[in-house]
Parts: sequence; C-alpha cells; structure tokens
Amino acid sequence: MPALSRKTAPAQLDLREADLPKGGKWITEARKNALGRLHAQGLPTRRDEYWKFTRPDALNAPEVTPAALLVTDEKPVFCDVDRLRLVFVDGVLDLDKSDPLVMDHIEIEPLKDAAARDIHWAKDLFGVLEQNGQNPVARPFATLNTATAEQGVVIRVTGKVTRPVSLHYMRTSETADAVVHNVIRVETGGDLTLLENGPAAARLNKVLEVDVANGAAFHHIRTQGRDHERRAVAHIFARLGHESRFKSFTLTVNGALTRNECVIEMLGDDAHATISGACVGDGASGAFHQDDTVFITHEGLNCESRQVFKKVLRNGATGVFQGKILVKQGAQKTDGYQISQGLLLDEDSQFLAKPELEIYADDVACSHGSTVGAIDEAALFYLTSRGIPRPQAVDMLVLAFLAEALEEIEGAEIREDIHQRLEAWVERRRG
Amino acid sequence: MLKIDNLQVKLEDEDKQILKGFSLEVPEGEVHAIMGPNGSGKSTMSYVLSGKNGYEVTGGTATLDDMDLLDMEPEERAAAGLFLAFQYPVEIPGVGNMTFLRTAVNSQRKARGEDELSAADFLKLVRAKAKSLKIDADMLKRPVNVGFSGGEKKRNEILQMAMLEPKMCILDETDSGLDVDAMKLVAEGVNALRDGKRSFLVITHYQRLLDHIKPDVVHIMADGKIIKSGGPDLALEVEHNGYADLLAEVA
Ligand SMILES: Nc1ncnc2c1ncn2[C@@H]1O[C@H](COP(=O)(O)OP(=O)(O)O)[C@@H](O)[C@H]1O
Ligand SMILES: [Mg+2]
Repeated sequence: MPALSRKTAPAQLDLREADLPKGGKWITEARKNALGRLHAQGLPTRRDEYWKFTRPDALNAPEVTPAALLVTDEKPVFCDVDRLRLVFVDGVLDLDKSDPLVMDHIEIEPLKDAAARDIHWAKDLFGVLEQNGQNPVARPFATLNTATAEQGVVIRVTGKVTRPVSLHYMRTSETADAVVHNVIRVETGGDLTLLENGPAAARLNKVLEVDVANGAAFHHIRTQGRDHERRAVAHIFARLGHESRFKSFTLTVNGALTRNECVIEMLGDDAHATISGACVGDGASGAFHQDDTVFITHEGLNCESRQVFKKVLRNGATGVFQGKILVKQGAQKTDGYQISQGLLLDEDSQFLAKPELEIYADDVACSHGSTVGAIDEAALFYLTSRGIPRPQAVDMLVLAFLAEALEEIEGAEIREDIHQRLEAWVERRRG
Repeated sequence: MLKIDNLQVKLEDEDKQILKGFSLEVPEGEVHAIMGPNGSGKSTMSYVLSGKNGYEVTGGTATLDDMDLLDMEPEERAAAGLFLAFQYPVEIPGVGNMTFLRTAVNSQRKARGEDELSAADFLKLVRAKAKSLKIDADMLKRPVNVGFSGGEKKRNEILQMAMLEPKMCILDETDSGLDVDAMKLVAEGVNALRDGKRSFLVITHYQRLLDHIKPDVVHIMADGKIIKSGGPDLALEVEHNGYADLLAEVA
C-alpha cells in the first residue's frame, strides 16, 4: 500500500500523538504504535485493489455525513432473549442503562476503565490481533480505530457463560461519529455467545478482537443498524487455538454503506470457524451498499472453515463479497468451504464477488462457489397459482434464499429470533 | 362454470402457435376429461388458464363463472376458485410445505374477505386431509416438493387442492408415473371433493384413471384444439385404438 500520496489528506491523518486519547501505559503504547502504522498505511483510496468494489470516501471524510434516525415502534432485536445487556448511546457505553456487569465465569470491564490502568491483560490483544491481521492486506480503518478508540468493552471468559452478552447500540444523534473497540478473550474451556445490534452511529468504526483459546468456543450474532443513511466499517479479528470453535453471523438490512471485514487466523489444530451473513438491500429507500470482506488463514492441521453469504438486492442496491482462504504450508487436512450468492430482484442491482483460494499445502479440501441469479419464475408461478399474491410470493422466495445463511446461526432460540425479525421486516417493507 | 371459446395462444418469444381455436365448456358439478397425443397443447392450455408467463393470447376468451380469467393475475384466478394440479410440481427449497399451504389458504381467504384460519384450526384440517392421502408429518415439514418421489409430489398436489377447496379443478396428468395404489389414493382424493357443484377437468393419457374418476364428457385434443367430444366410451376407444383413427377422421 502506498504511503500518503493524496493532495488533501483527511483529518484523521493529521493526527499527532498529542491528539491521541490519554490513558495508562499499555494502551498509550498500543495507540502510538497504531498511529505510526496509520501514517505509513494512509487511508484507503478508490484506487486500492482491496477497495475496488466499495468507495471508502464517506468513511474517511473528515466530517461525518449526517444520517436521519430511524423512527420505529418495533421492539429491538434480541429483546426476548435472556441476556446480559450493555447499552451504548451514540457509541458511548452507558452503565446506567446497562445491566450490572456481573455473571459467572466472565469479567466485563469498560475499555475506559481498562485504559486508565498502567497494566492490563488486554495488552496482549488490544491492537495486537488487529496488527496481525494487517498482513498481507492493510486495513487502515482498523488501525485508525486502535489509535483513537476510547469506547468499548474488554471481556474475559473463564468458563461456560450461560447467558449471552448483548451489546446494544442505540443512536440519538444524527451526527454521531463513533469509534468502538471491543476485546474478548475466551480462555480454555470458556464458551461465550455475544450478541450485537442497533444503529450505533451515523458513522461507525468498530473493531472486535477475539482470542479463542484452546478448547474454547465463541459465538457471535449481530444485526446491523436498520437505519437507511448510516455508514459503518466493522472489523473482526479472531485468533483460534486448538479445538476451538468460532462462529459469527451478521444480518444487514438497510444502511447506506456497510463494510464488514473479518480476519480469522486458525492457529491451532482441529479448530472450526464459520463466518456467515444475510443481507437484504433495497435502493429505493436510499443508497444501499454492503460489502463482506473475509480473510481466513489456515495454519493449524485439520481445521475447518465455512463462509456462507447470501445477499438479496433490489432497486439499485449493491452487494459485495471478497472472500479469501489462505492455506499455509503445513496446514494439512484443511477443509475450507466458501459460498456467496446474490439474488437480484431487478436489473438495476448488482452483486460483485471476488472469491479467492491460495493454497500451499497438498492434502486439503477447499471449495468455493459464487452465484448470482434472479428469482425462480417457475417457483413464483407455482406459489401465485395457489393464491399467494406475487409480492408475498417473492418475499417467501427471498426468505427461502436467505435460509441457508440463517442455518449457520448457533442456537435455535436466537436463530428463530433472527428469522422472525427478518420475516417481519420483509413484511413491513411490503406494506 | 368454465367456458373457453376459440382460444388462440402462441409463445411470447417465438412465432409458434400452440392453441388454435380451443373451445370447451365444463358446467357446474361435471367431470370432463381431455385426452390427446403429447405436444397437442394440453399443458399449455392449463397454464394459460392459470396465468403463467411466456404465452400470448392472440384471440378467444376464457371465463370462470363469467369472470374474465385472462384479465386476472394468477393469484386472483386462484382466489376466484381455479386450481391447477401441475403435471410437474415445482420444487421450492427453503419454503416449508406447511408454511406454503397455510399461506396459500389464508391468502385466498383474505382475498375473498373471509377470516384467516387460526394456526390450530389449520393444523387440525391439514392433518386430517393429509392422513387420507397417506401424507405423513415429515412430508408436511419438508420444503415444498423437495426430495419428494413422483407419487408424493402428485399426492401433495391433491392435498393442496383439498385444502384450497377450489370450484374448478384442472388436473394435468396427475396419474402419470403413479402405481396402481397411488393412483387409487389420488382418485379417492378427487372423488372426496366431488359434491355436485365443484367441476373437474382431468387431463390424462389413460383410461385407468377414468375408471376411478368417472367423467361425464371426454374430449380429444390434437394440434391445439378439441377434435372430438363424447361420452366415457370415447376414452375406451382411445385406449384400444390409439389416436390414429381419430386423427384420420378429422384430417
Ligand atoms: N415454453 C415453451 N417453449 C417452447 N415450446 C413450448 C413451450 N411450451 C409449450 N411448448 C410446445 O408447445 C407444444 C404443446 O406442449 P404442451 O402444452 O406441453 O403439450 P401436452 O401437454 O399436450 O403434451 C409442444 O410442441 C411444446 O414443445
Ligand atoms: Mg402436458
């Protein structure tokens, strides 16, 4: 990636060390390190190969583009799930609105508190997994996040946590420009389900670093803000130990711009990772551009990774998938699977996919497929011939198309919750 | 009930005429059968009546109880009481058979201004009807027609018909590919729906089905139109002599 070569550098690049948030020793070092890397990287431009399908302009503009708030009377996602809830308002953790941070086998601490200390266990992860994930492709928004984030939580899991931890992002401001950085360590024998939902900000830069130790499990289910004008760039950096399990599912409905990057390093042997997403975009209610960019590196033996992405696009909506499986030398018996599918409901919409495999081991089974298609007219006729109105029949086929991605969600209750949401949103849209 | 007059249909994308002056009338409560060689346009006729895309009506009319079918959307035709049991039922991965049935039943009720069936009432109804067609719970749960055998697909068509209680039922080769027992089940399903008011148009190649579902009138179709109509004996004649003599008669 070229260093700064632009005439007008965004304000973020004018950052000096003095501008960084104040904190304890460990985080100050991490932030300084990130700032140095950011200056070397520069922010993405439209000329960057990695941003070929998605324009980063609005994300790295000095000023946030205001985004109207979504007015709705519907209950938030996951509200019926028994969970420990942490509430962020415009990107700021609000402990008064949150549940007490107490549960068995887990320590939850606001990043602000952890940052104030001179020594903290998060030192080994904060900005570390992020930095590991910058090679061979630079991810400057994540670097920027590490340098400037003051909000987030750090979580340590020492056993099986019975209730999910839920990060609920509320938004009250049309101009909220939020940077959130969450760090999670799931120790051996630990098992955590993390839920994330809500509109968060007009512009959100979010990083999640997860270390899943040997024999640990981490499940992640998120629904991104359904407000139409919001923009978000989110990164997940995960490191997986021996016999660990990692599953992450994302539902994206609406949003002017969403870039979800997921970087997974399968370090230990016999680990499993699934990253999946369902996306429903309608350009009629504003711009819609959604991008899933995934990079999975297999280092351990006998690991399995799955990527399952489904996008339904209409009225000029754009869906992007860039997915790479890198199998390093020695990562024998790797089982890598990747599927990305676009369902275009009209000719104005587009699905752009770049699936990649790079394999340096000889005993591996990797498969990838990408398809783009229109609605099945024969199925549509069958449904309408039974009296189901065409718009409803289309929605049934849309939900059927997405079902394969939803099946990747761990846990029947949450899967059903997501399914019902999706059904309700689809129905509401139909009017 | 169903009145088709001089219907002319061509393919939308091709200059190919398929129905060439097709006329037929099925009065209330009657069962009519249509027989005819492959490619004579029987399925096309049933598709055009139900509103499938890809065909262009270049002349003629088709009405159901004086409603102009050709002017309606497929779902409106269904709500008006028209039902087609497909020759090749469509597989729909990801859509549960039960969800599909309930949505269809309630869509039609809604369109007619009736109350929707409650989940419990629906379940009771569907279980009873499925049982008589030997459709087990598993088939109801599975995605629509996915992984169903040929016979299961056809029985599933009859189940839909039984649930939707249409006025006018068109069965397109529902007996093809069925063994004797399965065919009996299907025929019983159809006969159970005969109530003196409901009408049927049964497209078949075989006399066998007509032994079980006794037709009032048998029509022979060839090259896009009806070439001969008669009583049940006409089906026996076809069974014994094939279509050659009949075709020669009109030629
Ligand atoms: N969509 C289509 N595209 C091309 N040819 C078609 C299409 N539909 C029907 N046909 C042709 O129209 C004729 C009648 O077909 P069909 O209605 O299926 O006959 P039948 O059901 O009597 O066997 C056949 O020659 C068939 O190939
Ligand atoms: Mg046919």
